[in-house]
Amino acid sequence: MAMVDEPLYPIAVLIDELKNDDIQLRLNSIRRLSTIARALGEERTRKELIPFLSENNDDDDEVLLAMAEELGVFIPYVGGVEHAHVLLPPLETLCTVEETCVRDKAVESLCRVGSQMKESNLVDSFIPLVKRLAAGEWFTARVSACGLCHIAYPSASEMLKTELRSIYSQLCQDDMPMVRRAAAANLGKFASTVEASYLKSDIMSMFEDLTQDDQDSVRLLAVEGCAALGKLLDPQDCVGHILPVIVNFSQDKSWRVRYMVANQLYELCEAVGPEPTRTDLVPAYVRILRDNEAEVRIAAAGKVTKFCRIVNPELAIQHILPCVKELSSDSSQHVRSALASVIMGMAPVLGKDATIEQLLPIFLSLLKDEFPDVRLNIISKLDQVNQVIGIDLLSQSLLPAIVELAEDRHWRVRLAIIEYIPLLASQLGVGFFDDKLGALCMQWLQDKVYSIRDAAANNLKRLAEEFGPEWAMQHIVPQVLDMINNPHYLYRMTVLRSIALLAPVMGSEITCSHLLPVMVTASKDRVPNIKFNVAKVLQSMIPIVDHSVVEKSVRPSLVELAEDPDVDVRFFANQALQSIDHVMMS
Amino acid sequence: MDGGGGGGGGGEVASATAGPPAPLDWKFSQVFGERTAGEEVQEVDIISAIEFDKTGDHLATGDRGGRVVLFERTDSKEHGRNHRDLERMDCSVGRHPEFRYKTEFQSHEPEFDYLKSLEIEEKINEIRWCQASNGALFLLSTNDKTIKFWKVQEKKVKKISDMNADTFKGSGNGSIASSSVSSGLKQGAANGSYPDRSNNSLSNDLSFPPGGISSLRLPVVTNYETNLVARCRRVYAHAHDYHINSISNNSDGETFISADDLRVNLWNLEISNQSFNIVDVKPSNMEDLTEVITSAEFHPTHCNTLAYSSSKGSIRLIDLRQSALCDSHSKLFEEHEAPGSRSFFTEIIASISDIKFARNGRYILSRDYMTLKLWDINMDSGPVSTFQVHEYLRPKLCDLYENDSIFDKFECCLSGDGLRVATGSYSNLFRVFGCAPGSTEATTLEASKNPMRRQVQTPSRPSRSLGSSITRVVRRGAESPGVDANGNTFDFTTKLLHLAWHPSENSIACAAANSLYMYYA
Repeated sequence: MAMVDEPLYPIAVLIDELKNDDIQLRLNSIRRLSTIARALGEERTRKELIPFLSENNDDDDEVLLAMAEELGVFIPYVGGVEHAHVLLPPLETLCTVEETCVRDKAVESLCRVGSQMKESNLVDSFIPLVKRLAAGEWFTARVSACGLCHIAYPSASEMLKTELRSIYSQLCQDDMPMVRRAAAANLGKFASTVEASYLKSDIMSMFEDLTQDDQDSVRLLAVEGCAALGKLLDPQDCVGHILPVIVNFSQDKSWRVRYMVANQLYELCEAVGPEPTRTDLVPAYVRILRDNEAEVRIAAAGKVTKFCRIVNPELAIQHILPCVKELSSDSSQHVRSALASVIMGMAPVLGKDATIEQLLPIFLSLLKDEFPDVRLNIISKLDQVNQVIGIDLLSQSLLPAIVELAEDRHWRVRLAIIEYIPLLASQLGVGFFDDKLGALCMQWLQDKVYSIRDAAANNLKRLAEEFGPEWAMQHIVPQVLDMINNPHYLYRMTVLRSIALLAPVMGSEITCSHLLPVMVTASKDRVPNIKFNVAKVLQSMIPIVDHSVVEKSVRPSLVELAEDPDVDVRFFANQALQSIDHVMMS
Repeated sequence: MDGGGGGGGGGEVASATAGPPAPLDWKFSQVFGERTAGEEVQEVDIISAIEFDKTGDHLATGDRGGRVVLFERTDSKEHGRNHRDLERMDCSVGRHPEFRYKTEFQSHEPEFDYLKSLEIEEKINEIRWCQASNGALFLLSTNDKTIKFWKVQEKKVKKISDMNADTFKGSGNGSIASSSVSSGLKQGAANGSYPDRSNNSLSNDLSFPPGGISSLRLPVVTNYETNLVARCRRVYAHAHDYHINSISNNSDGETFISADDLRVNLWNLEISNQSFNIVDVKPSNMEDLTEVITSAEFHPTHCNTLAYSSSKGSIRLIDLRQSALCDSHSKLFEEHEAPGSRSFFTEIIASISDIKFARNGRYILSRDYMTLKLWDINMDSGPVSTFQVHEYLRPKLCDLYENDSIFDKFECCLSGDGLRVATGSYSNLFRVFGCAPGSTEATTLEASKNPMRRQVQTPSRPSRSLGSSITRVVRRGAESPGVDANGNTFDFTTKLLHLAWHPSENSIACAAANSLYMYYA
């Protein structure tokens, strides 16, 4: 046997580690499977590596997951599509393991491999594989079979097609709910490959079985099938077969099924056409919007805009809007919150007049909601309304809402509103902003919570970017610099942070004339934390200002700090000095 | 379906001709961990949970030391059997079930909750089997706070040979750390430096000859034996403020519930970091607390129905379809106490310690301190049958309260055919009652090698009084076993709390302290 050449040593180790005791090393090797395959060559990959992987599949799930993933893109390493079928055996075993994520990945990889395979190979090896899995002893194999039929079907002969359809129908009636769930979840995919004539007969009867399943969990997956099948059928059949089912589902005993309907309903509107939408789907949706279960209303409220975009505005105003009005004062805050997160999108759909007349009162009431998330959701989508009716109509109510959120006792709420300030500024314009919100932005710099102060500093930077350095010079910088004399060192730190963020935006000139002097003064602070942060900020300013300025004011300050009694201050000062030297040299 | 195997010896009851099946003649089958005379029982060895899987081919016990022990059936093991049938819970006919020790593992360890300064015992409160697949067994086990999902599987012990590193060593080129190569036979290159090397030096643009490199070899793996390995796959933690009293799988195969004193949570087996609270009985002011949850179980076939019992003696049926938060029950089962019978102990002894659905889902069996009650879920006016288990203790309630025995939590179980019920008692006794219409079967057995020993003194025919015509209220076994009348005091320290009925055969497994006794009929 030939000796292993020295450059090959790493790959030799990689191969050995396929069977190492340490799972991390095995994982590493599996992730480099393509390298191993290239080193072995295509033929030995087919004849040795793949069989080796097939046999050694009782590994940890993490390793199996990685293996399933790698094998999905392995066709080039086994010699191209004509040899793709050699990848099937190891993936087939991975399709039967009990860990769902491994199985799902193996199915995904099989689909990927199968969709590239030649038709003859599909018939010879892929279809038999699907049949074996579908007849598997354990439910895990049968679950995987559900996800593979749609790849096998198109290339099958008439006889095999009949068989595959009957296999799928068997899977839909399996004893194990897990298998029926998988069959329900994949029905849409499978149906899209089946010929139209069988669609109406075979597939629809499977679908009907699933829609009447005892298990809620199966039925609710069948709901997803409604939308998928609806798109495949012509409108007439869709009205005949799908519409009654979804209308039934919308009144199902189980709230989880109705919840799914609430999420899916809008997708069916296009499939059934405008008239059935008006007569059946809109009433169903209205029912769901008024459901007893809050979870269902949450889902329904979240789709209100999507639904209105599909139906014509008149229907929306006539039927949906009254429900929206009710939901805006729903007893559940989560329903109101879901509504608030989408309702602004209705403005473009309804147009200017309807928005002013109908939606505006709802906006305003939601802006006064006692639950901060509701208000925040409205504010976050302000731009959508702005385009339709302008901001003026809202601004009166907006300001109190913002002020209240800005002073909310929960810091997360304050944080959320700070994040929206730049958006508000751009929508409201400089004038409004200067009058009302400027003071708030300064106030946040002195918040009790660090995250808020940090976000406030960041906010100043974004405002400076939005309105430009000149505006910032007038409205931000002086106020910030004033605070450097605050007796509390934590607030002085916030100033340092703001300066560091503002400097790049303000540019060299303002930095030199206004910011730098403040830093030099701050370098004489009595608190070491301030001093080493000054050193850090100075370091960040080096690229912004001129060499001469660096030498004239930055370096002396740093030199002084480098002799500070505090070790941290010295450390950061020296680091900054080094970076000056570095810049000088380059 | 007749009682099954109930022929044979018994013969003490005459009226077995028409309706009710003949009483069973119980025989000793096996004992695991039998105590020798004078041997002291270690606290950690005391069994705290027993559960058959739904095929009845496996049995699991949990103990106070946090261990789970698995037993497998030896008599009906046909290896060629179709697994698909196994999934369908086939019943195998054959001799009476015999089990052998399969494996054991440490499920829970004692812990300390530093935030609440609470010790968390390792004691296993309950075990539930999940759907087996690929020859691996799955089960859930829980202590007071944490539920764990276990997979028990045969793993091949492998010997790996023919490593590339061997060839490398043979080449005599020792410049690259020969020490690690020599250790590389078994551990590979696990000494840390190699993996980095291989990562860094193997860039993807490394070019290989088109035919591959012939000198590289794949390791050769030879399997030479298999080993049972239990691995904890998921830990469902931090969802319970109070002690978990029960866990129960759903028939949908993907969810389960866990119940503590005040809440019931719903989990997906695959998701361990989130659960949904579906029942919350915690009052806004804890001083208003009058009732706690004592046990909860899913309906065996209806995925949307579950039942939970309370310390006030009521059972509530919940319909998960109605709403996401099931604070209102869909049915309430409770027995209205006879007026004037109230005493200090009424509420304590009414507390239900365990509920079980019958396999067909129609009936619920509940155990309170004094009785077993069988409820029809279609009849919420009262129990269908009541079986007196501890009536003879009524005069002693005061003593039992003093020594806390009155708070003992006895479990109950039903036979797979739903014709009989069983529950434990003191002095290592357990009782089996026939619950088929007209049955008078009431047997007292002792968890020992001679289960019928105590029977000698029991009255030959239990008394019974047929109640109102609507509800077939049966009161039987009311008479105390004679031993007591003879002055033999009951031993309150040896109590038989945990027992389980085989899902398809008349076989009972019960725990007496650290010993597991099995009986068949």
